[in-house]
Amino acid sequence: MAEAGQPIVEVVGLARYFDVSKPWLARVLQGQPRLTLKAVDGIDFAIRRGETFSLVGESGCGKSTVARLIVGLHRPTRGHIRFDGVDLTALGTRAAQAPFRRRMQMIFQDPFASLNPRWRVRDIVAEPLRAFALVATGETVAGRVAELLTQVGLSANDGEKYPHEFSGGQRQRISIARALSGNPEFLVCDEPTSALDVSVQAQILNLMKDLQRRLGLTYLFISHNLAVIDHVSDRVGVMYLGRLCEVADAQSLFRRPRHPYTRLLLDTIPDLAMTGRARGPVAGEVPSPIAPPPGCAFHPRCPHAGERCRLEAPALLEHDGALIACHGVEEGRL
Amino acid sequence: MALLEVEHLRVEFETRRGNLIAIDDVSLAIEEGEVLGVVGESGAGKSITGMAIIGLLEPPGRVTGGEIRLAGRRIDNLAYDSMRRIRGKEIGAIFQDPLTSLNPLYGVGRQLAETIMAHTDASPTAARARAIQLLGEVGIPAPERRIDAYPHEFSGGMRQRVVIALALAVNPRLIIADEPTTALDVSIQAQIIQLLKGLCREHGTAIMLITHDMGVIAETADRVAVMYAGRIAEVGPVRDVVKSAKHPYTKGLMGSIPIMGREVERLSQIDGSMPRLNAIPTGCAFNPRCPDGMARCGVERPDLMATGGPNRAACWLYAPLGVAVHG
Repeated sequence: MAEAGQPIVEVVGLARYFDVSKPWLARVLQGQPRLTLKAVDGIDFAIRRGETFSLVGESGCGKSTVARLIVGLHRPTRGHIRFDGVDLTALGTRAAQAPFRRRMQMIFQDPFASLNPRWRVRDIVAEPLRAFALVATGETVAGRVAELLTQVGLSANDGEKYPHEFSGGQRQRISIARALSGNPEFLVCDEPTSALDVSVQAQILNLMKDLQRRLGLTYLFISHNLAVIDHVSDRVGVMYLGRLCEVADAQSLFRRPRHPYTRLLLDTIPDLAMTGRARGPVAGEVPSPIAPPPGCAFHPRCPHAGERCRLEAPALLEHDGALIACHGVEEGRL
Repeated sequence: MALLEVEHLRVEFETRRGNLIAIDDVSLAIEEGEVLGVVGESGAGKSITGMAIIGLLEPPGRVTGGEIRLAGRRIDNLAYDSMRRIRGKEIGAIFQDPLTSLNPLYGVGRQLAETIMAHTDASPTAARARAIQLLGEVGIPAPERRIDAYPHEFSGGMRQRVVIALALAVNPRLIIADEPTTALDVSIQAQIIQLLKGLCREHGTAIMLITHDMGVIAETADRVAVMYAGRIAEVGPVRDVVKSAKHPYTKGLMGSIPIMGREVERLSQIDGSMPRLNAIPTGCAFNPRCPDGMARCGVERPDLMATGGPNRAACWLYAPLGVAVHG
C-alpha cells in the first residue's frame, strides 16, 4: 500500500467521447454527419493519498464525467486510470476490478435520486457489505450498519426508516454512510452539497472533513462553487470544455490565479466580504462541446488571446509549481 | 408611502391533516426603485411570499390575513381579472427556470409582442419593434435576427435574458425575481445580476429579489429580509445584515457560508434543520436550534424589534430585559 503523499489515483491521457449523432436513418435522409461530444479530452492528474483534490468548472466542462470514469461508471475512450499503482483500464473483467472498486466509492449530488425509496436505510447502507461479501452473518451486518449511521451523525435506530422520512441533509449523511460501509480509501464526491441549503452544507462539509481526518480518506471533490472548493481542497484542477487549464495547490490558485479562465471564475464570485470590489466584466458563454473552438478552447472569451491561441491547443506545462495550459503564460505575457 | 407594503401577511394551506401556516405575520415594504433581498433556506416561505404578492398562490394555499398594497392600492383582495391586469403591467415576475417561464411552441418575439399588446394599445408592428428593442436591451446579440427564434434555440443564460425582457416589457414598477440566477452557471450568474440591476436602475423599477444565495443578495440588494419558518427573522440594510448580523439564525447562516480567502478549519454550523410546517415550535421557531435560547424563547414569540443598530431582529436578546442578561 502506498505511503501518505504518494499518488493513490493517477489519470493519464484520459478521454471519453460520446456519440450524440441522430439515428442512422435520420442521418442518411438529412445528410448529416456523425457528431461526437468530447466530454473529456485528454487530461492528466494525480491525487495523493490523504489529500482532497478538487475539480471545478462550469456545466458541461466534463468534471462529472471524470468522476464517473474513475469509479468505472463509464469506460474511457482512451487513456489510463491507475489506482494504487494498478492500471484499472487494463483489467478487463468486472471480477478482476472488484477488489479495487471496493476501495473507491462515490457520493452523488442528489440525495433524493441516489437512494432507493423502497429500501430501508439499513439495507441501503449494508448493500456494499453484501455486494463485496465483507461480513459473514446478519448480526455483524446490523452492528456495522449501526456503527456507520452513528459515525455520520444519525442514530442507529434510523436504519429501520425509509429515505423519504429524512431531510436532504440527512439523506446525504445516509449516502456517506453507504459509501463508507466498504471501508474505502478513496471517495469521489460529485457536487455532494449542491442540492443542500447553506447551513446543511456546512454540516456536511464539516462531517466530511472529520471523517477524512479520522479514517485517512482521500477525496476527489467536484463542485462548481469556488468558495466551497477553496474551503475543502488541498489541490485544485480547473476544467474547461473537457480539458484541464490549471492545476495548482488551493492556496496559490485562489491567491494568484494564472490562467485567464481561472481569473474569470474567481471574478464571478459574489463579494460576501462586502469590500466593494467591482466584478470584472465577464463576457460570453461556454461554447458547445460538440463543436469546440479550435486552438485553445477558451480563446473566444479570453481578453489576452493572440494568433497562436486561435490555432494551437496549449499543453499543460509547469510554471512556478503550478500546471497551466496557456500560451500567454508560457510566453510570459501573463 | 412605499411602493409595496405588505402588512401582517398570513398564508395558509388547508390540508386534510389541518391547516399549515406557511407565512405567519410577515410585514415588509419596498420603496420606489429599491432592491429588497429576501433570503432564507428551503421552506422558509420566501417564494410563497412572492407568489402571494403577485396573486399566484396555488390552491390550497391562500392569503388568510393581512394586507398587500401596491402604491397605496390594496391588491390582495382583487378579482382574478383585475389582478391579471396588474400582473405584467405593474408587477413583473422572473422565475428560476427560464425554460418553464417561456412557451416552447412560440417564438420569443411573439411572446414578447403578446405581453406588450395585452397591456398597452401598441399595434402589432409597434409591439414587434419594441420586442426587438427589448431583446437588444437585455444583451441578446443581433435581436432582429433572433426575434423569431424559439426558446430551445437559446442557451440558459440567453433564455433568462429573454425572461427579463418579458418582465420589463411594459415597464412595471416592481419585479419579483424568484431565484433568477440559481439555474445558471457562475460566470453567467454575474452577467444576469449586473443586467437586472442596471436595467432596473435605468427604469427606476423596484425589485424583490428572492434567493437562497447570500452572495447574490450582498451584491445586489439595498436591504435584506432574512426569513425563517414563515417569519422574518431579521431585516436591515444589506451591509449591516451581512457584516453585523443580530439574529442568532442570521449569524449562524453567515458563519456557515464558505467565504473565499477566509481560512477556517471548520465552518460554524447550525445543528438540526428548519422545522416542517406541521411541527413549528411554539414561541420563537428558531429556539430549539438557537445557541442563545432562553426560557422565554420557548413560550413567547418575538416580533421584530430594534437592536441598537440599523437592523431589526425578531429575537428576545434585544428585548429591554434581555439586553441586561446578555449584554
